[in-house]
Amino acid sequence: MYSFEFEKPSTIADAVAALASEDAQALGGGQTLIPTMKQRLAAPSKLVSVSGIAEMQGVCIEDDGSVAIGGATTHARVAVEAAGSYPALAAVAGQIGDPAVRNRGTIGGSVANNDPAACYPACVLGSGATIVTNTRQIAADDFFQGMFTTVLEEGEIITSVRFPVPQAASYQKFLQPASRFALVGVYLARFADGVRVAVTGASEDGVFRWSEAEEALNKEFRPDALMGLHINPANMIGDLHGSKEYRAHLVGVMTKRAIEACS
Amino acid sequence: MPKDSGIGASSKRREDVRFLTGAGNYTDDINVHGQAYVHFLRSDIAHGRINSIDTSAAEGMPGVVKVFTGKDFEGVGGMPCGWEVTDRHGAPMQEPPHPILAQGKVRHVGDPIAAVVADSLEQARDAAEAIEVDIAELPAVMNMKAAAQEGATLIHDDLKNNICYDWHLGEEDNDKVNEVFANAAHVTTLDLVNNRLVANPMEPRVAVAEYSRGTEDYTLYTTSQNPHVIRLLMCAFVLGLPEHKVRVVAPDVGGGFGTKIFHYAEEAFCTFAAKACNRPVKWTSSRSEAFMSDAHGRDHVSTIELALDAENNFVGLRTNTYANLGAYLSTFSSSVPTWLHGTLMAGNYKTPVIQVNVKAMFTNTVPVDAYRGAGRPEATYQLERVIDKAARELGVDPIALRRQNFITQFPYDTPVALTYDTGDYNGTMDKLEAAADLAGFAARRSASEAKGKLRGLGINCYIEACGIAPSNIVGMLGARAGLYDAATVRVNATGSISVMVGAHSHGQGHETAFPQVVADMIGIDESMVEIVHGDTSKIPFGMGTYGSRSLAVCGSAMVKATEKVIDKAKKIAAHLLEASEADIELKDGQFSVAGTDKSVAWGDVTLTAYVPHNFPLEVEPGLEETAFYDPANFTFPAGAYACEVEVDPETGQVTIEAFTAADDFGNIVNPMIVDGQVHGGIGQGIGQALLENCAYDENGQLLSASYMDYAMPRADDLPFYAVDHSSQTPCTHNPLGVKGCGEAGAIGSPPAVVNAVLDALNSGGKAVDHIDMPMSPSRVWTAMHG
Repeated sequence: MYSFEFEKPSTIADAVAALASEDAQALGGGQTLIPTMKQRLAAPSKLVSVSGIAEMQGVCIEDDGSVAIGGATTHARVAVEAAGSYPALAAVAGQIGDPAVRNRGTIGGSVANNDPAACYPACVLGSGATIVTNTRQIAADDFFQGMFTTVLEEGEIITSVRFPVPQAASYQKFLQPASRFALVGVYLARFADGVRVAVTGASEDGVFRWSEAEEALNKEFRPDALMGLHINPANMIGDLHGSKEYRAHLVGVMTKRAIEACS
Repeated sequence: MPKDSGIGASSKRREDVRFLTGAGNYTDDINVHGQAYVHFLRSDIAHGRINSIDTSAAEGMPGVVKVFTGKDFEGVGGMPCGWEVTDRHGAPMQEPPHPILAQGKVRHVGDPIAAVVADSLEQARDAAEAIEVDIAELPAVMNMKAAAQEGATLIHDDLKNNICYDWHLGEEDNDKVNEVFANAAHVTTLDLVNNRLVANPMEPRVAVAEYSRGTEDYTLYTTSQNPHVIRLLMCAFVLGLPEHKVRVVAPDVGGGFGTKIFHYAEEAFCTFAAKACNRPVKWTSSRSEAFMSDAHGRDHVSTIELALDAENNFVGLRTNTYANLGAYLSTFSSSVPTWLHGTLMAGNYKTPVIQVNVKAMFTNTVPVDAYRGAGRPEATYQLERVIDKAARELGVDPIALRRQNFITQFPYDTPVALTYDTGDYNGTMDKLEAAADLAGFAARRSASEAKGKLRGLGINCYIEACGIAPSNIVGMLGARAGLYDAATVRVNATGSISVMVGAHSHGQGHETAFPQVVADMIGIDESMVEIVHGDTSKIPFGMGTYGSRSLAVCGSAMVKATEKVIDKAKKIAAHLLEASEADIELKDGQFSVAGTDKSVAWGDVTLTAYVPHNFPLEVEPGLEETAFYDPANFTFPAGAYACEVEVDPETGQVTIEAFTAADDFGNIVNPMIVDGQVHGGIGQGIGQALLENCAYDENGQLLSASYMDYAMPRADDLPFYAVDHSSQTPCTHNPLGVKGCGEAGAIGSPPAVVNAVLDALNSGGKAVDHIDMPMSPSRVWTAMHG
């Protein structure tokens, strides 16, 4: 690890100010950033921890019934505190990593990092959530821009993520055997106005919506609706743990299981 | 009835209290006043010629003590190989130099190029980044078969090719073997890969070395399974130091699994640098370094053929194996694909004609050496897979086919150089069939199918040659070391006992099991006996722990030394009791005169030994004896395993539903520890079969270089095991009748898992002959839809 400065402000305004210096970086739970720095693959001049900002912590229900998660809320806390209001979201949080990761890692950090195999991006995109930053509100459909890429500007902080609560939802995660990230993860949410299906782990372009499946499920919500639908393997990830064809196949299997869980 | 102490009792592991409460003392816990830290600059290129190394900028960096390169070691020996294999033509293996730091070329990703010693680790890392290395990249030699071809890029320029040796065992006459196969009623052939593994002990390797300018003594603290072996190799072959000036300490060691047997360059470097810098020098491997510098395991590519006659008797077996040794010879690497592998190809079966052919290859990969089982898993895997395939092809019951071909008469001379002293393979299989409830399998399969899953049953047998020794035999086979062991039993004045042993405990439970033996022999409480191990300044010159040898070899030395102690104590007791020595009996810690009520307690005799006021004049005072023990033969643990799996046909995911082990370990000192050893071994075998895969790309880059891509088995990947070791045919040639249990699980379990998965797929109408390990969901699904 290279030397760096460290600040832990207690307000969003102070965090934004601290992030103005060159090569400063926001620190959530550090579950990706700290190991990367230890391997000397990242060298921020300054880390600005957002974990001391009270207004970025916790789970609450907004007036419109949506569930808002503070950007610095840990997965462990979401797993417990969202269990009543949005059980599928709580279930996602409860199966990220291991207990150590869940007690440090935060929703803001995960969503901002947009790891192509992370769980939260599928849940955020599948739920049609809104990412709230210190400057604006961004629809999930506009937020994710491919592997490790989002529309966030330099120094912009995710202060909360607001989830509309679907009638039913399920996350089906097929584990990569080593990392236990998603080899393929499918988040399916059924709203009054339609079904959303978001897929993580599978694509070289990161999290994506499987629009053909959504259209089919909007016509009839049952597993057989997927018959004849296939993901094109060309853009899938192929690696040690699974070929492109295998991942494409798993998207179908996991989606089918999500439908069954929501039926 | 279970005993509550002594031999046969499941005494709780006393060492676990310190391990589980954070009170262990591991090498990284050792810090020496004034120590500096070393960071190795390692090659990120698999194969290349070093044009230049410029360390000048690094030398001027803050905190830097000294920067070393290969040039600093030109007058120093390289890392030695401890076993010279002779090839099929009688020529010695090709043995290339293995420098401490790269000289001229880099030969694998992770090959150390330079080392920076600095006041802090971060300063050493900073300075290492300032070293400028110019390497001209050469083609990486990765594929073993291509590496063996004429004209292949040479990894070692001074060798004639990349073949370390082309070795042979068993029937030499090719025509005879060909005739057996030509006349066979059925021949089953199988191509398979025994996947490369990384041992991944929980504790990475560490070395701390200090040098005293005043006394010219060195001390090396290191993560080793065998401190005397390290001292001998480092002093005699690498650094040219007098052994009496070097102390090697292996304190608590957090798992070895073979990979901490070997003498590594980093240990020799720290010892050398401690004098060169006149500072203690410490190195702690990062997990990333462990992946690219700890010796790897397995990595064989084999074709095996089994010939059967019309009655399904095995009549011939032939195997052709390419064994990957990596870029350099590690300490015992050459012995693994040969004498630890070819000799086991008979397995539990009376196959009359066996031919084993092995080409050992250099490639641009991390050196490969012994990993739990070492050669024996590779042999067992080939044999038990080809038998299973033969049973499927012939439509016969795989257990019946095995039983029909079992060796039943002992001793048995195999066609591949071993003499099995004892065993009862049918009896062990009987135990397995009962313990695994094989009769109930059909109902369990139906229940799985009702859930949409395929269920499979895999059976296999194994035999291993353990208790590694005997020195005269291994010497004839090329070992450059003896493989006896040693123990000193030191009785203290008040009756407690310290036993200094050459074996090293790094998870095996010696600190509990060894005292059980001594306490039982004398009839005192186990708590009065303690084991001392891991420090060359305290223990006799023993050869350490590997090859399931500790109890069979070192334990036998301990028994011999204890017998000497008891003999001497009886002389003292006879004097105290004014009786003839021949009439003295020792029971429950009391010496008594046969047929009388006269007795004297153990503690009174031991006190007399050290306060010899009233003492037999012809006897020396004190009570301390040493014995060295070199066995007459290997030991031959054997067993039969059953694995039941479910396969999800939609995803190819395999789950282990049941795993049953029936082992014959001969006599057993601590059944609970034996259970634990079997559990751990099966866990590693399931890891190999389903999860673990050390993979390189074609350029020699390590793809599975961290836990993000190297899948270690976790608790929820593993079932609850049923372990039965009531089948016991005691070893005929060591005093305890023990055979060793440390490696059995890792040897016996991979073929059981693979056989089970294939059984499941075939039950679902998928005619799949073979899937290479690890049987990941992706590979299983692909095989089902291929």
